[in-house]
Amino acid sequence: MSAATPAASNGRRRRMSRLRLREAIDGYICIAPWVLGFIIFTAFPIIASFVLSFSRYTILDPPRFIGLDNYTKMVSGDPLFWQSLKVTVIYTALLVPLGTVGGYLLALLLNQAVKGVGFFRTVFYLPVVTPAIASSYLFAWILNPEIGLVNNFLASINIEGPQWFASREWVIPSFIIMSLWGLGGNMILYLAGLQGVPTVLYEAAMLDGAGAWAKFRNVTLPMTSPVIFFTFLTGMIGTFQVFTGAYVITRGGPADASLFYILYLYQNAWNYLKMGYAAGLAWVLFAIIFVLTLISLRVSGRYVYYEGAVK
Amino acid sequence: MTIKARVDSENGQTGGWNSGWLRSASGKQVAGQALIYLLLLAVGFMLAVPFIWLVSSSLKTETDAFAIPPSFIPNPIQWSNYVMGLTEFPFVRSTINTMIIVVWVLVGTVLSASLVAFGFARVRFPGRTALFILVLSTMMIPSHVTLIPQYLLFRELKWLDSFKPLIVPSFFGGGAFYIFLLRQFFLTIPLDYDDAARIDGCGTFSVFWRIILPLSKPALGTMAIFTFMSQWNSFFEPLIYLNRFETQPLAVALTTWVQTAHGEGSMHYVPWVAIMAVSTLIALPPVMVFFLAQRHFIQGVVVSGMKG
Repeated sequence: MSAATPAASNGRRRRMSRLRLREAIDGYICIAPWVLGFIIFTAFPIIASFVLSFSRYTILDPPRFIGLDNYTKMVSGDPLFWQSLKVTVIYTALLVPLGTVGGYLLALLLNQAVKGVGFFRTVFYLPVVTPAIASSYLFAWILNPEIGLVNNFLASINIEGPQWFASREWVIPSFIIMSLWGLGGNMILYLAGLQGVPTVLYEAAMLDGAGAWAKFRNVTLPMTSPVIFFTFLTGMIGTFQVFTGAYVITRGGPADASLFYILYLYQNAWNYLKMGYAAGLAWVLFAIIFVLTLISLRVSGRYVYYEGAVK
Repeated sequence: MTIKARVDSENGQTGGWNSGWLRSASGKQVAGQALIYLLLLAVGFMLAVPFIWLVSSSLKTETDAFAIPPSFIPNPIQWSNYVMGLTEFPFVRSTINTMIIVVWVLVGTVLSASLVAFGFARVRFPGRTALFILVLSTMMIPSHVTLIPQYLLFRELKWLDSFKPLIVPSFFGGGAFYIFLLRQFFLTIPLDYDDAARIDGCGTFSVFWRIILPLSKPALGTMAIFTFMSQWNSFFEPLIYLNRFETQPLAVALTTWVQTAHGEGSMHYVPWVAIMAVSTLIALPPVMVFFLAQRHFIQGVVVSGMKG
């Protein structure tokens, strides 16, 4: 390279750079839609929502800076904030482990079957592609205390069923039952993970005299731990933002027993027009999800096995 | 196919269905299999019951639907639920609304996400890596953080009660997730194609349009299916942007219909069988897409880690 005469290398470099410049301009044109979209729909809204969270803004009047008032009100002057947080945390803490374990057991079962896997996979996955609006109305009826399928069935064998969505104790379990109907979403990912475990590992384990449980404990579980962790994390983030079912079925009731966090945010922003307060709620949600993600990543380092990772 | 199978067996991969850890060459095998199928059938039955109930009750009379003990076979079959769902509920208008949104978002997402992904995958420019990291990091931000200012922006633009707030953003990159997916796919296409096309006189954009896009039909198809599914099910955004009944897509229009016709929160006087008929119709297109493109769809779900 450096051996060429100065003039020739100079000329070549200039021609190269002109091509490079051309290419770079084309590149910027290609990504221009995203850059514009990022500025208009992400960067500006993030800044605006951050500023809003320190203001009182009801759309009707211009925004007014009120410092930390929104946040201090949440912490010390708003029982509904704590209620919505409690409801959402309980729902998440119950649903995510149940969905993970249930989906995993289902995938293990399906992975044992010799024939009919395709059929069962379809049946298990069908609820996942059912629109949330349809499943919400469907379960609102199936679990209706007076005329629902479940309580009618229980009545036919002389058992009085619970009040489900109409009861403060049963409303969260009812939402969990509804969400567990979509167990197949996790299952399909676990099944792919199970099928990706190399058989040599099982053969090696067998040569070492491992039984079924030992093989599961020392081969299957570690090899599928990345996908388990992935569904756990994304599941947690997703359940924290649940909305449709609560909006359609209970509107947060009875007595705020199903006041999910996003439903409360929605009510503040679009029913009470407290845009500043709602922006503050959104930032608190972001902080919670961020912290949960960090904790999960930290904990996962100890339990999740990544093939090829240098320890 | 045979070559692939051999490579797989050399790697000790099976990818087949019978690589289970429980299976061993013992006499208990048959009993074990029977137990597995029994459990699968039990779970399958439980998961299928709500679905069967949805369809069967959409064909029942209301007294039949409330019967104790419940029956799954409608007797007599009552089609009038569907007539009610198609006439009293503005089904056609709402479906058209949904379709307009779905089609435009599809066009916007596929076009802009593929162009942006092409830029990140195959065109060299200063700052490319840093910008791509920025793309990825936007996936971390929950949509609710940006939602309120976006709403206020669209309000200022007088776009409320129109489809623009739902459609226009999709033309600006179509979302970080799709950019990421497509970029990964574009990276698997050999660069020789680009070079050959450039020697033949193609510019950057004809390489994109004539070479990369046609070679990416599978990835674009998967993306189109996902976009369709998520737009068809979309609820929160249409709910806040479209307050007028006439403009609402199916999912939101159904809740508006139920609530205005029968009063908020009243669970007793709602014509459940008609709601079930409309719900069945709403569920039908995604279920059909799932059946028609099942292999493609499940593969996409697994690769991208998305659930439906």
